[in-house]
Amino acid sequence: MKFTLSWLKAHLDTDASLDTITDTLTALGLEVEGVEDRGRELAAFRIAHVVSAEKHPNADKLKLCMVDAGTGELVQVVCGAPNARTGMKSVFALPGTVIPVTGETLKVGAIRGVESRGMLCSERELKLSEEHEGIIDLPADAPVGASFADWRGLSDPVIEIALTPDRVDCAGVRGVARDLAAAGLGTLKPVDTSPVPGRFPAPVTVRLEHPGCPQFAARVIRGVRNGPSPKWLQDALTAVGLRPISALVDITNFFSLDRCRPLHVFDAGKLTGNIVLRPTAAGDGFKALNDKDYTTPAGLVGIYDDSGLISLAGVMGGESTGVTEGTTDVVLEVATFDPVRIAEAGRALGIDSDARYRFERGVDPASVLPAVEAATRMILELCGGEPGETFVAGAEPQWRRALHLRPHRVAHLGGVDVPESEQVRILTALGVEVRQDDGRLACVPPSWRADIHGEADLVEEVLRVHGFHHIPATPLPREPGTPKPALSPAQRRTAFARRTLAARGLMEAVTWSFVPPTQAGLFGQVPDELKLLNPISADLAVMRPSALIGLIAAVGRNAARGFPDVGLFEIGPAFRDGGEKGQDLIAAGVRAGAAVPRNWAKGERAVDAFDAKADALAMLEAAGAPTANLQVTRDAPDWYHPGRSGCLRLGPTVLARFGELHPAVLEAMEVEGRVAAFEVFLEAIPQPKRKGGTAKPLLKLSPFQPIARDFAFVVAADVEADRLVRAAKGADKELITAVDVFDVYQGERMEPGRKSVAITVTLQPTERTLTDPEIEAVGTKVIAAVAKATGATLRA
Amino acid sequence: MDTLDSLKTELLAAVEGAADMAGLEDVRVSALGKKGRITALMGDMRTLSPEERRERGQQLNALKDAVADAIEGRRAVLKRAELSARLAAERIDVTLPARPETEGRVHPISQTVDEIVAIFAEMGFTVAEGPDIETDFHNFTALNMPEEHPARQMHDTFYLPPGPEGGNPRVLRTHTSPVQIRTMLSQKPPIRIISPGRTYRSDYDQTHTPMFHQVEALVIGEDIHMGHLKGCLLEFVRAFFQVDDLPVRFRPSFFPFTEPSAEIDIGCSRKGGELKIGNFGDWLEIGGSGMVHPKVLENCGIDPARYQGFAFGMGIERMAMLKYGIPDLRTFFEADLRWLKHYGFVPLDQPNVAQGLTR
Repeated sequence: MKFTLSWLKAHLDTDASLDTITDTLTALGLEVEGVEDRGRELAAFRIAHVVSAEKHPNADKLKLCMVDAGTGELVQVVCGAPNARTGMKSVFALPGTVIPVTGETLKVGAIRGVESRGMLCSERELKLSEEHEGIIDLPADAPVGASFADWRGLSDPVIEIALTPDRVDCAGVRGVARDLAAAGLGTLKPVDTSPVPGRFPAPVTVRLEHPGCPQFAARVIRGVRNGPSPKWLQDALTAVGLRPISALVDITNFFSLDRCRPLHVFDAGKLTGNIVLRPTAAGDGFKALNDKDYTTPAGLVGIYDDSGLISLAGVMGGESTGVTEGTTDVVLEVATFDPVRIAEAGRALGIDSDARYRFERGVDPASVLPAVEAATRMILELCGGEPGETFVAGAEPQWRRALHLRPHRVAHLGGVDVPESEQVRILTALGVEVRQDDGRLACVPPSWRADIHGEADLVEEVLRVHGFHHIPATPLPREPGTPKPALSPAQRRTAFARRTLAARGLMEAVTWSFVPPTQAGLFGQVPDELKLLNPISADLAVMRPSALIGLIAAVGRNAARGFPDVGLFEIGPAFRDGGEKGQDLIAAGVRAGAAVPRNWAKGERAVDAFDAKADALAMLEAAGAPTANLQVTRDAPDWYHPGRSGCLRLGPTVLARFGELHPAVLEAMEVEGRVAAFEVFLEAIPQPKRKGGTAKPLLKLSPFQPIARDFAFVVAADVEADRLVRAAKGADKELITAVDVFDVYQGERMEPGRKSVAITVTLQPTERTLTDPEIEAVGTKVIAAVAKATGATLRA
Repeated sequence: MDTLDSLKTELLAAVEGAADMAGLEDVRVSALGKKGRITALMGDMRTLSPEERRERGQQLNALKDAVADAIEGRRAVLKRAELSARLAAERIDVTLPARPETEGRVHPISQTVDEIVAIFAEMGFTVAEGPDIETDFHNFTALNMPEEHPARQMHDTFYLPPGPEGGNPRVLRTHTSPVQIRTMLSQKPPIRIISPGRTYRSDYDQTHTPMFHQVEALVIGEDIHMGHLKGCLLEFVRAFFQVDDLPVRFRPSFFPFTEPSAEIDIGCSRKGGELKIGNFGDWLEIGGSGMVHPKVLENCGIDPARYQGFAFGMGIERMAMLKYGIPDLRTFFEADLRWLKHYGFVPLDQPNVAQGLTR
């Protein structure tokens, strides 16, 4: 919403400075977005007379000018403009003036050895236009020494405010003035809405057949002259960015901006019969005033005459009945419409107009008849003519609401004491009818404030006008003692998992929750209920079934930039189905390229499934999962390499899956090389049960040294190492505390289909040092247990 | 006697002449070993009279001690020489780089959330979470945003088909306010929560991404007023930006779910095109706030005649950008290793108030 300072002052009698006004507007919630104060910016620029313009002694293209800027003495200026000439009037700046286009301060200069004490200016230098061919050439009667901005009518500052959707009343300058008056910045001037008597019976009637129009007034004015509007009106509209068209059209625009009261005018001569408001039929067409053809869907509020649809109510008028310079008889339309209907119509046809903006937010329902009189008066004043009687269809809808404000609520809700008398003053100034009612204030909000519904709204009005800056910052009351943890155990676990993964060398990424459907398809079937109905692009169209998708894509992007060794993780959602509980919290990670890059100390190797397994296990351990009890199964889903992946399970529950990604998936996502990945289901990890407080189980240390014994087994190549290890562990649960695989061999020195697995078994005596026969006996048990479980034999 | 003297001279010379530990050991064995020369002379004493034996014994013991001392002395010299030789041989080029290690980083969004949580934890808040896919009830209706509210239009909000439970199309939450609704529906006042999380709006340009993060706060009690809102925000922004005199300004505004409503501005300076947070006279908007609308309380089964409170919300990326000088919102989601390394945080840098929020 834009308006000029003088327009505001037409409604507000005030001495307040521009700065005070703009500060107050923002403090009232009418946020000032910008002030264009050309008057201030151009204050130093004067109209000057070029008394003489001679050739510069040392340059062909420069001129040496003597300038009279009304300072009482002639000033010498070097000027390069081709149009500089003796006797002309132009715009002059003295040294010390800030030139708008550069923002720099003009200094006394010497050009080709001749002193120059000022500047004659082009339009571009003053940011009036892009014109820079020459200096501004003013008419001969321009008064020397006068302010150029004043003379040119640029001194009226333009204020632009941002309106919140509830404050449509301030989409008219009068509403803004009323708020400022309430805030103590002057008094609101009266407006004349007294009746203008009709001189003849209403020749045009209106029938309402649509519930979206409660009231519609039509008044015919005959014998008008629709020429250009007066300069003050043209200037006001131009200043706020509207193009003056003709007096009648400018008057309707003026009422929209001045009173938030959109009007419409029909050329009575082009109207066929009377006016009917009825639902549009699907396929009704009309050419709107913006010169575009529209075809309506069914049910909008249409304005019809006998010729058909002539205007789309509250949105835009039609070309067929529009006024022109030749218009002599005019029908003035003043109506109110249901805001929801207007918003629907505007959206349906894609029309944004000043009228729609106001009607869809709610135009004052009591404004119809006063506006008819005020607009008639303005039309008569600017265009002449003779008014008929007003035809009013429908009635002003009931808008009076009885609310109550308990004065103490202002302090209780707002945190600042405002005396009751001041509360009454503020509300009254805003147009609220206030009376005392048994210790409460009985309030009826004005017709133009449909946003005030309850006590909280009245409190806000009082606070807003009183000033939010008066609300003292009050510390939130603290519970005694130190605060309880902010995070739940599950949230704490997630936070710990995050820092554990980062500590393992992975970079945390945040990638989109929605992914391309083709990529999602590589990670399982996405149910229809997880496909966006209105995606912003085809690439961000379905909810991701796996948190890996964005990470894999990021591996590709980083590799393409020349960084193929990538370790990334993300903790975020993945979506299984559209149900209430269809979202899982996942910690996912990928590693690509070299796990150990080429380096002088050797040990270079590419990432593999065991990197991902290590990440998954470390994360599970950090999250408190009982990692010693996990089983590894080979049933990772299809996007993993079938031979190089697994699941980590706790009984039937999959806590994590890991492995190298399927080459076909990588190919489809245009990623080269091996990528190891893991997905941990954070919510599936059981919460560790804490019995008896924070104490850890008592540490029991054996005084006896542990003993390690190595065994090498030969076993069928497809026997999993884990089976062997478990069998060895089970051979003596008392003594054996650890079994570790330290070598796996399959090759030339092994018969085909067999492999050698070497383990070291750690025995921990607890009561006494073991004798050799006792150690021997455990060894025998280990060999027997492993043989029984896996068919392994001790390697010769 | 001469023989013993010459033996001593000979043996000491041999000790001195031993070039290495092995040579020295040979000398020791030849002199003091089981078949050594001094040992042999000791053995010969059996044939002597007791008097001669005592005298001879004293002489031989003196010889033995002298040789043993010499050997020990020589051993120490040789050991030092050997160590020196080993150290010289073991010399490496310490200017070579250490073995490669990768260093991970925590994303600025996570770090910022952790910072925000650390501050609000001090004020007695707990962290509440909810699903990204919401019902229109939790995201809109309960928040006093009626069916025809502009924010509910397709061009602002992402919609999904109705879930298996049927009903209306669901939405990707446009704010974390539905977490407030879920909290109020499941807990009795007093309530003091913050809700960080992913949010979604259909907007993609230099300053908007279709997914972003928000944190909201909700405080409900019997006497919570707008002054508390201001006080809470003031404490928060001063702690977060680590500027002790950072001012907060409220500007009246409008949100369907709060009444009164206020935009939150903090002090800043824009001199010379550079944005600085502080008490410099200019203002920067960081979020929206207000007193929870009585209808919202009612929708959640909380009696608005007895309870009232405040809520506010702000963008996490925006807070991170302002605090850490990150220029472009879109880069948060690109997972560019160079960006993550530069703007990310070392894993052990867990924000807490005791240590100071930011190093």
